[in-house]
Amino acid sequence: MTEDKRTDTIDIWVAGTEEPEFQPTFEGEQEIGPEETGGRLAEQYGSVVDDDYLFDDEVSEDERMVINMGPQHPSTHGVLRLQIELEGEVIRRTKPIIGYLHTGMEKTAEQLTFGQGTTNVTRMDYLSPFHGELAFSLATEKLLGIEVPPRAAAIRVLMTELNRITSHLVALATGGMDIGAISMMIYGFRERESILAFFEKTTGLRMNHNYIRPGGVAADLPAGWKDDVAAILAEMPRRVREYDDLLQYNPVWLARTKGVGVITAEEAVAYSITGPTLRATGVDWDLRKVFPYSGIDQYEFEVVTGENGDVYDRYRVRVDEIAESLKIVSQVMDTMPKGDYRIPDRKITPPPRARIDESMEALIHHFKLFTEGFKVPPGETYAAVESPRGELGCYLVSDGGPKPYRMHTRAPSFYNLQGLPIAMADSLMADTIATIASLDPVMGDVDR
Amino acid sequence: MSWAEIGLVVLRVVLTFGLLLVVTVINVWAERKILADMQNRIGPDRAGPWGILQTVADGLKLFFKESVTPRRVELGMFLLAPFLAVVPAFLIFMMVPWGRPVVIGGNEMPLQGADLNIGLLFILAMSSLAVYAVILAGWSSGSKYPLLGGVRATAQAISYEAAMGLSMVAVVVFTATQGEGGTLSLSEIVTRQSGNWGDISPLFAWVPRWNVFPQIAAFVIFLIAIVAETNRAPFDLVEAEQEIVGFHAEYSGMRFAMFFLAEYVNIFSMSAIAATLFLGGWNGPTFEGVVPGLVSALLPTVWFLAKTYAIVFVFFWVRATLPRLRYDQLMTLGWKRLIPAAVVWLVVSSVVMGWRQFGPPWS
Repeated sequence: MTEDKRTDTIDIWVAGTEEPEFQPTFEGEQEIGPEETGGRLAEQYGSVVDDDYLFDDEVSEDERMVINMGPQHPSTHGVLRLQIELEGEVIRRTKPIIGYLHTGMEKTAEQLTFGQGTTNVTRMDYLSPFHGELAFSLATEKLLGIEVPPRAAAIRVLMTELNRITSHLVALATGGMDIGAISMMIYGFRERESILAFFEKTTGLRMNHNYIRPGGVAADLPAGWKDDVAAILAEMPRRVREYDDLLQYNPVWLARTKGVGVITAEEAVAYSITGPTLRATGVDWDLRKVFPYSGIDQYEFEVVTGENGDVYDRYRVRVDEIAESLKIVSQVMDTMPKGDYRIPDRKITPPPRARIDESMEALIHHFKLFTEGFKVPPGETYAAVESPRGELGCYLVSDGGPKPYRMHTRAPSFYNLQGLPIAMADSLMADTIATIASLDPVMGDVDR
Repeated sequence: MSWAEIGLVVLRVVLTFGLLLVVTVINVWAERKILADMQNRIGPDRAGPWGILQTVADGLKLFFKESVTPRRVELGMFLLAPFLAVVPAFLIFMMVPWGRPVVIGGNEMPLQGADLNIGLLFILAMSSLAVYAVILAGWSSGSKYPLLGGVRATAQAISYEAAMGLSMVAVVVFTATQGEGGTLSLSEIVTRQSGNWGDISPLFAWVPRWNVFPQIAAFVIFLIAIVAETNRAPFDLVEAEQEIVGFHAEYSGMRFAMFFLAEYVNIFSMSAIAATLFLGGWNGPTFEGVVPGLVSALLPTVWFLAKTYAIVFVFFWVRATLPRLRYDQLMTLGWKRLIPAAVVWLVVSSVVMGWRQFGPPWS
């Protein structure tokens, strides 16, 4: 029954079938419409809502109120706009409207060389910049047919896993803030700060690092990095226990999160929801396990799953994933291989600074790399990493030139956000906030 | 009534009013500082020593800002609401005795705005009236988010007023057994809490005769109810910034400042009432004869402020700790937990007190 409703109300173009005519969107078309208009607006319900009153109950229009939440609402995590149809305090329909942070980054990528591309992708999901860089670099390396040295791969794993921790900390902090646990906000950002300090030491920047590049990483780890990482490893478990004291054993927190914003496993799979949101439903799908990248399969860690797919499970999955990431980081620290931090191929990575003064070849390579960029063989490829929000994929098409012909990012936030209407159907106004926070969308990632 | 007596009445009203304003200014600053301490922050530290003048600076800023009146407001109600919030908040504190009566020029002056013999009823009436400010502000703003806040305020007020009233009744019933007849006057309730519990058992001779010991459940219920009554976290649904922005979203400038002022005045007066009803008010050692007369005359005020601030601190502490409750959970807590608990406690403590006073029913 659910199946039928979905197929006949939503018009989705499937690859291989006849392409529908191009329809431009206008601002007015985004408005939530009257319910009688039926079919076309059914997507507002969220396709798999098969309970209820949405179609059955007779409610007069006077009892409903359409309210605009965002794009300047404090709790919509950036510029997400929600049109919510309220009946009292109960949400009947939700329509997420995106595009307020659209900056055309995928198009920009076509104007940047492969070497510059990481500068661009790192700004998409600004809470997990390393993952964006990694996905882009992996795709480029796939097209080039090169393999990075083991040390570069290990550094990449180290940085992305630390980045996962910082991203989850933000999710916990803002999630706590949205539900009203204002202290959680500060605590989460405090711990994130200690890791960002390490990022800054390594890459020079706190975010938007442009550190992981095609061919390896931009620079070797700084001297004494082991002490810094060891300090983080020693500090974090104690802090996570603090969060548990504040939230896990707090009846108000449990009441606010358990059974709220439920997304079932079937719905999550149907909506291509990935990451902690999917794992919270009990599906143990983690790209680090199923399609390992950057040699992450040599480290031991568990895939954390939840049961009910509610806000609480998503919170729990994130807290536990912090612990798993710490495990990976500690293994990387112990087994960090020696060697180059980028491939020695001078056609792809710039020569060391000292060589430029001595060697004509090096100077030419340097000049060519930073003016024209390196050429990438024609072809198309897709590489994906498990970002803190889910499958972050990079689809690259090269026509043989130094710039991508097309770059598309499969942004996890975008897909996860599609689950919002079903997660929020029939919940209360206050749960909206908890649900949005638990999906942890980054609007830069959604709109690109 | 002589001119001296009239002068004293004016003096005590002015003193009460001034005290309230000063502590409110300090409270706003104290909340920010205490929250900052709990969250590893510094908090305000620019205006004045330790930033203590921050509230004054903010107040002045708001005073000089434009009070925007949106086009679609119900103007009368919109203008009335801020006053409706402030006036009851100040009137509530007028009932609270904040020190031992002092004698000036042969006339006794109680340190209290007004000593009504129906003080408690007046407090209940005023706190109910204050809710209208929120409802009217939300409704008259002609905006959707404030409207939601106003609707929430209606439900919240009704459910927590009842629990608060019932826990007060338990105290009134108990106080009636502590002296000659019953009383609703706060100064009388305070007087009856002087001394210690030595008459129950010599073991308790060191325990002050505060109502909190026999009425502990009523105290807990009252504490929860006043947090809800003043719309503070975790019951701040009315102005949940993260959800509905607040009932005063359309207010700006001095009108907003009045809501803000009313909230902090309410925190202090409600804490003062809790201290008065349960913690013995201004009762405490005065060291008469040991310290100079003026000091021992002012010490009760110090005790009163100390007890009140202990409760005010709980307000801040709870805000830093607990997430906000949801609308339905708030209702559940109010109607299914607090009110039944208050009723049961009232019945049980009445039966016990009746038993103690008149003997078992079969005698």
